Amino acid sequence: MKKLIIGVSLAVLLSACASKDPVKETKVEDRSQQTTSTASTGTTPSTRGTEGTQVSGSKLDPLKDPNNPLSKRVIYFDYDKDVVKAEYTSLVQAHAAYLGQNRNRKVRLEGHADERGSREYNMALGQRRADAVRKATAVLGVGNDRIETLSFGEDKPKSAGHDEAAWAQNRRVEIRYDGE
Amino acid sequence: MSTLNRIRRGWRVPLFAALAWLAVAVSAPSYAQLTIDVTTSAGRQVPIAIVPFANEANAPQNITPLIAGNLSRTGLFRIVNTGGITSIPTEPSEINFLDWTSRSSEALVIGAINPLPDGRFDVRFRLFDVAKQSQLSSFSYVVGAAQLRATAHKISDEIYEKLIGEKGIFSTRIAYVLKRGPRFELQVADADGFNPQTILSSLEPIRSPKWSPDGGRIAYVSFESQKSTVIVQDLVTGRRSTVANFKGDNYAPNWSPDGTRIVLALSKDAVSQIYIIPAGGGNAVRVTESNSIDTNATFNGDGKEIIFVSDRSGGPQLYSVPVTGGAVKRLTFEGNYNVNPRMSPDGKTVAFVSREAGRLRIATLELATGQTTVLTDGPLDDSPSFSPNGRTILYESKAGGRGTLGAVSADGRVKQRLSSQAGDVREPAWGPYGTSSAR
Repeated sequence: MKKLIIGVSLAVLLSACASKDPVKETKVEDRSQQTTSTASTGTTPSTRGTEGTQVSGSKLDPLKDPNNPLSKRVIYFDYDKDVVKAEYTSLVQAHAAYLGQNRNRKVRLEGHADERGSREYNMALGQRRADAVRKATAVLGVGNDRIETLSFGEDKPKSAGHDEAAWAQNRRVEIRYDGE
Repeated sequence: MSTLNRIRRGWRVPLFAALAWLAVAVSAPSYAQLTIDVTTSAGRQVPIAIVPFANEANAPQNITPLIAGNLSRTGLFRIVNTGGITSIPTEPSEINFLDWTSRSSEALVIGAINPLPDGRFDVRFRLFDVAKQSQLSSFSYVVGAAQLRATAHKISDEIYEKLIGEKGIFSTRIAYVLKRGPRFELQVADADGFNPQTILSSLEPIRSPKWSPDGGRIAYVSFESQKSTVIVQDLVTGRRSTVANFKGDNYAPNWSPDGTRIVLALSKDAVSQIYIIPAGGGNAVRVTESNSIDTNATFNGDGKEIIFVSDRSGGPQLYSVPVTGGAVKRLTFEGNYNVNPRMSPDGKTVAFVSREAGRLRIATLELATGQTTVLTDGPLDDSPSFSPNGRTILYESKAGGRGTLGAVSADGRVKQRLSSQAGDVREPAWGPYGTSSAR
């Protein structure tokens, strides 16, 4: 009986949520943009000029050329693990070499987790993964000042599914260059 | 017991006051101050008759059904049928106590909603001890139509406190993240789920809403700038300030008991470490110094220690450390994944998330004894939050990939899974008792 009453009560809550008048959104969105614009501290400035120089040597930007290993940007991880697997060695080496040749480029390593951990602790797991990739590139001589490791936890899944195939897609680090 | 007969005029709706719909609880405290004998957990419920208020049918909001709903949801009351009473009392002189003793009712509520010439309403209620035929409480509220619902919660709080002996939570509020399609919304709603307000809407994730101790602000993590930053938003003015936007991750904020500082995790100097920052932003003072992940921190009851999560021993476990840094003490030893600690209002218990065989469950740790108790079964229970009276823990319960809410009494005896009709509700945070009468 208690269950029933509470269930009904929650349904009321949720339907009330769902029917929320969206008027407030507009106002709030304005502030979001303000925050975005003032939140540049610590983020890397764009260096598009450098990118232009690099591109001039070949037809295609090596970072986007599907035949170039640099176009591979995602490193996948095992469940609850932050070990960069051997199969990604050449990928990490290619990016480290690129950063070595292009001293003005900066990179973000964005770590993600699947949904099976605690939401807040998954931030730490995503961070561990990003940090593992950072360490792998640091070994190859890339300085920390050009790398920012970031985590998104489980909130930006690549696959929306809820099975092992989806989770495997979501346990990852994405390599993102400045300006991308 | 002496009669209480307080009359307050011009009472205003408290903005940040208490929570009702999830007040699932069984065990009643032994210190119930009045003659209604609520003793222990074993299903004991106070039978209470709530008579429809005079003129209620003509008011824009019925009050007595709300009161009955609030009280019955706590699990501590049984609502006595008032049908068939020949003369419905609305004044003390009209009460025939035999009507109520014959229905085994131990408490009786009567009242009236009288319209005033200025459009407002004079709401009066009286609470009686049926056996003693004595009045336990009486209030009068002059309110506008829009405040009638809040008045029902206020009356519910008064009845609850008189009969149970602790503060009710019917006027508190909750915050939570609602995911609708690609959009994340941070919402604040009344305790009974009504009046939800979206205080932030974003296509980027919003996470970890936490109420300031005074209920006036919410700290949360926003990814609006394509990375995690900690933001504090004033609920009255709507003003937002970025309090932490350092290189790397800025996340897992929690308020100090006095509301002046925020403890959080930053990765600016290493992998996640614990820092304390002024609630208005400023210099981040590092608390932990390790080569491990240190995160998910919460102040203890007196604000002198931090309880946090670290994987320094392998899997994540709960630890404590003085706010000034120093000796770290391990608190949890069972299992290999204990995360997301939250302090109880009295500072004696920590609710946390424990993973066993792949199942995330809500558990509690008694700080004095070190005893841990698992309260839920999972499989994906997360983000516990205590009610301000400490009786109930509200949490996120993922099912089928969608977040719903659950509630469990802090003693673990009653647990509910609450299914949602729309959206994906996450990371509920129960607001404090109200002190503000703003708005």
